[in-house]
Amino acid sequence: MKGRVTVRLKPDVLDVEGKAVSGALARLGFDDAHGVRVGKVFEVELGDVDPAVARERLEAMARKLLANPVMETFSVEVE
Amino acid sequence: MRFAVVSFPGSNCDDDCVRVATEVLGETAWKVRHDERDLRRPDVVLLPGGFSYGDYLRCGAIASLSPVMEAVAAFARAGGPVLGICNGFQVLTESHLLPGALLRNAGLKFICEDAHVRVDGRPTPFTAGVQGVLRLPIAHNEGRYHADADTLARLEGEGRVVFRYCGPDGTVSDAFNPNGASANIAGICNEGGNVVGMMPHPERNAEPLLGNGQGRALFDAALRLVGGAR
Repeated sequence: MKGRVTVRLKPDVLDVEGKAVSGALARLGFDDAHGVRVGKVFEVELGDVDPAVARERLEAMARKLLANPVMETFSVEVE
Repeated sequence: MRFAVVSFPGSNCDDDCVRVATEVLGETAWKVRHDERDLRRPDVVLLPGGFSYGDYLRCGAIASLSPVMEAVAAFARAGGPVLGICNGFQVLTESHLLPGALLRNAGLKFICEDAHVRVDGRPTPFTAGVQGVLRLPIAHNEGRYHADADTLARLEGEGRVVFRYCGPDGTVSDAFNPNGASANIAGICNEGGNVVGMMPHPERNAEPLLGNGQGRALFDAALRLVGGAR
């Protein structure tokens, strides 16, 4: 079972890295790319477990370490 | 007085902290490794600056889970004075010993310069009797203090913002905010006032040779308070 945790900055947190990427894209001619936000993806191998259990484990990992709830939100997928 | 200075892999201001405690103040200090669980009965714990665990994941996140932090948290819960400087401040927020988080500087640049900070808020072991404006070095990439509106209101209402970026005359404004920190916050304390985190480096300006020596005031405050009680 493979899982993926995606961590994003909360919408109200200024993403200076995203702003810099927007600016760089515009310089390449992608001036239609507004509001780029940079996040993180964690791919996790979980072995042979039930998808519901895997989801629960990934959510616990995100809450305890992978995301900081002060500034970030997360979502979890299993495949 | 006895200072314990915590060393994480990647800490680089631990020797500076030990030097201030021993050479400048003439007190006792030792380093405690990240994987130790015994602080060896200090009066004060210092969490130094640096790049613990290469700033992987988030600054201070991995360090917050090291064995020594259980001892630091217990020391803090018992009312022991803890000062986190720069990366030490980041470790304290990641450990939930202080609220909020430190994000990438608004200008996207690593800032290494002197900043003026105004001593504000309630007295703490490191600011009691310290007044006015101090000029202290800052050296960070993730120093933009962030907390939600409720937390900020609580910090302000309880006098827990203890350092604020300002001009040389103490003016607090955007023009003197080096990193985009909310409300020009450079340092805060916990509810009990005994845990303080700050981005500027008092230990790098604790003797006139390294600037004007104004950083020493924080360590002298701790000496007056803790040393005086012994």
